[in-house]
Amino acid sequence: MKNVVTLFKRELKGYFATPVAYVFIVVFLVLVGGLTFKVGKWFDARQANLQGFFTWHPWLYLFLIPAISMRLWAEERRQGTIELLFTLPVTMGQAVIAKFLAAWCFTGIALALTFPMWVSVNYLGNPDNGVILASYVGSLLMAGAYLAIGSFVSAWTKNQVIAFVISVSGCFLFILMGTDTVLDFFAGWLPRAVLEAVASFSFLTHFQSITKGVIDFRDLVFFGSLIGCFLFMNAIAIELKKAD
Amino acid sequence: MAPMIEIQNLTKRFGSFTAVDGVSFEVERGEVLGFLGPNGAGKSTTMKMLTGFLHPSSGTAKVCGHDILTEPIAVKKVIGYLPEGAPLYPDMTPRAFLEFIAEVRGYAGGDAARRVDEVIAKVNIASVAHQRIDTLSKGYKRRVGLAQAILHDPQVLVLDEPTDGLDPNQKHEVRNLIRAMAKEKVIVLSTHILEEVEAVCSRTIIIARGKVVIDCTPAELAARSRYHNAVTVSVAADKLTAVRHGLALLDGVQSVEDLPSHDGAARFVLIPKAKRSIAVEVGQKVRDARWEVDELRVERGHLDEVFRELTQPAARN
Repeated sequence: MKNVVTLFKRELKGYFATPVAYVFIVVFLVLVGGLTFKVGKWFDARQANLQGFFTWHPWLYLFLIPAISMRLWAEERRQGTIELLFTLPVTMGQAVIAKFLAAWCFTGIALALTFPMWVSVNYLGNPDNGVILASYVGSLLMAGAYLAIGSFVSAWTKNQVIAFVISVSGCFLFILMGTDTVLDFFAGWLPRAVLEAVASFSFLTHFQSITKGVIDFRDLVFFGSLIGCFLFMNAIAIELKKAD
Repeated sequence: MAPMIEIQNLTKRFGSFTAVDGVSFEVERGEVLGFLGPNGAGKSTTMKMLTGFLHPSSGTAKVCGHDILTEPIAVKKVIGYLPEGAPLYPDMTPRAFLEFIAEVRGYAGGDAARRVDEVIAKVNIASVAHQRIDTLSKGYKRRVGLAQAILHDPQVLVLDEPTDGLDPNQKHEVRNLIRAMAKEKVIVLSTHILEEVEAVCSRTIIIARGKVVIDCTPAELAARSRYHNAVTVSVAADKLTAVRHGLALLDGVQSVEDLPSHDGAARFVLIPKAKRSIAVEVGQKVRDARWEVDELRVERGHLDEVFRELTQPAARN
């Protein structure tokens, strides 16, 4: 546990040691604001909720999260510091978890900085703050799932660009699974049970159910187990690839 | 007392390629082991297994009694390791980096700060301690890497090409540092600079195609050279024929090899029969014949020649 904290601190400081962190945060805030107000026409909707804000999160994360996760292990391998890391008295599990948590905490900071949205909606009307809180939790969980996928992909390559592209594609797949286009496509020839199984893997389905204000145990289990599963595969991938 | 490092039949295969093939040796406290071999011979791979970075395909090793397979964390605690190329986190300062290492190594508070101060002084990087690592010169980076390896005063120090890419002054400094630590530790260092072996090592292992081909002292290694005890003679060019002819007839001399001449002096080497010492014999002859000889030098042996012979069997002919 102490090692996780030490590694976590180094990682998190690492984000702020370069302009990457600030660029990321600014881009995230500008995009999320722009999409909500300009494209989503949040003011025109005249509704005291943040639906029009959270709706964009899965799509923003699709590009922004892999931009964070792409360097997690790819950079460590490219610099050769992975050899340094794993000859220190730390275990694979500690390193994988610490890196993931640092990246997650960083996205959490970016997400927290959208608080003016919450302030505005409370100033303008009387929103259901329970729903908003649940949506923030859901958004953070979803970000974690994207990160776990990205971290896993990053472990396979030394090239950050490849890590980015593959992560985006992988995450896109997890979004698509819940869209009508995909479900309609399969609807003709797949049994209903399989169809539901496919849909149940979609980030959209689970995220939307949380943003309705109900944090269902099943949604927590979904995101939790997805993160756990990808981090486990992440550790295996590092073990397999660290020699080259 | 058990040896500090015991390597038993260590093997690493990458697919069908065997990088390290049944390597076994032991190292005792106080030894500085020079690990030699051509590029790709398996030096780094052996070190990576010893330090717990790679899992061996078969065989194992014990470091201070801890098995690398069953107690990897215990092994990592007693080893200080400088990986090849001294990888570091480029966006940290040496000070922050060493504080991080101290924390991972289990030091906290004043203890950690003291360790970091000590090690910064030891490798002489105080002047750049607050500069980002990616702005440092290669020599400084290597020293930061070394600082990281010795921070916890490890019993076993494994250094993969510690002086690679350094200028002669920096090499000298690093070697002094290694020599100063040699007494109370076990040091394993890989290099392909042969002079380094003579300068710092008490023992050499040469590895080629994944196998140990020789395990001896640097002096014994030099003694394997056909130039061991050979005598190099340098005379004025006009006297060459007489001197060369006269010395070639000596009892102990097997053959004579000419060397490129420079500054008007001709040079040749007298190769002794059966590597015996012929210096006295040659000196006597030179005095008796009253030849004016500029230089008489006894060769200890050419390490690079021995190295070539041991690592590429084809070169033997």
